[in-house]
Amino acid sequence: MAKSVTNFSGNGVSDWLIQRVSAVVLAVYLVVVAGWALFSSGGFDNWHGFMMSMPMKVFSILAVLSLVGHSWIGIWAISTDYIKHTVVRLAFQVAVVLALLVYMIWALTIFWG
Amino acid sequence: MMLNVQVYRYNPEENREPYMRDYQVNTEGKDLMVLDVLNLIKQQDPTLVYRRSCREGVCGSDGLNINGKNGLACITPLSEVVAAGESLVIRPLMGLPIIRDLVVDMTQFYTQYEKIKPYLINETPAPAIERLQSPEDRDKLDGLYECILCACCSTSCPSFWWNPDKFVGPAGLLQAYRFLADSRDTAQRERLAGLEDPFSVFRCHGIMNCVNVCPKGLNPTKAIGHIRNMLLTAAS
Ligand code: SF4
Ligand code: SF4
Ligand code: FES
Repeated sequence: MAKSVTNFSGNGVSDWLIQRVSAVVLAVYLVVVAGWALFSSGGFDNWHGFMMSMPMKVFSILAVLSLVGHSWIGIWAISTDYIKHTVVRLAFQVAVVLALLVYMIWALTIFWG
Repeated sequence: MMLNVQVYRYNPEENREPYMRDYQVNTEGKDLMVLDVLNLIKQQDPTLVYRRSCREGVCGSDGLNINGKNGLACITPLSEVVAAGESLVIRPLMGLPIIRDLVVDMTQFYTQYEKIKPYLINETPAPAIERLQSPEDRDKLDGLYECILCACCSTSCPSFWWNPDKFVGPAGLLQAYRFLADSRDTAQRERLAGLEDPFSVFRCHGIMNCVNVCPKGLNPTKAIGHIRNMLLTAAS
């Protein structure tokens, strides 16, 4: 059995499940946001009001967490397939994870704050 | 009828790099098996090396890449792989180290097979004659036990190419499920625990190259799906 420290949950079963659940969350989020864009009258104030309503705040935070988990798992898998040089792979994985964490904190301060 | 055949050649003692060599083979208009063609080439050029034994699709030793698709040379007729007027292109199975010409080093493949403990584990005292199984339980092994370990599937699987040391691969996983599904085996929990890491099973992305090439018509992807469900059930 191969242990991996750079992997998201360290367990194939949880990774698999998180990947599926996060995909569903992101798909629904996309439909909701795209639906608003298509059917609302537009304008920044409308948009701000919609996104800052309590349900959308919660949903957005959920979507951001899903995005972070989903990307981490996916990019980790791709990098272990295609980047054979250990140092390069590790550097790439750390860079991706740091970027994802930055996005996550940024998004949280927007929706939480 | 002359058939043009291109064969992958590499002798590490003589060649710096592998190369493709052309041969002309007289098929006498017959729909020969690819192995027959190789045997005719061997008469022209005894230096060509390949594995074969049973010549009837039972031993699994002549898995080769034939016109881009893995299969057993002995049961693959020319009519199935070459259109009239085209060449036959024979290469070794992909992703494994080449020993010479069409012979690959199967160590990584067997190491993965060994990992899944391909034998019945049952610590309960053995009955006087045999461990019985109901016909229904026996039926669950159909489509699993027939595997001849030819490696056609695992060597056509991109996930196995990239991680042959960590991903068990379709052949090994089909056998893993063969023992998980056996009513006489008592080590189900231990077997599952050995498969739950991010690589062994979960590196399968359902590409289904394995199903596409299996000369025995087996379905490793389906078996992998069953294992995944068993892992999910055990974990939730
Ligand atoms: S599953 Fe099919 S292709 Fe794979 S090793 Fe067994 S017989 Fe060969
Ligand atoms: S279905 Fe899975 S095991 Fe089969 S070829 Fe695809 S990735 Fe490999
Ligand atoms: S020679 Fe035995 S399977 Fe082809």
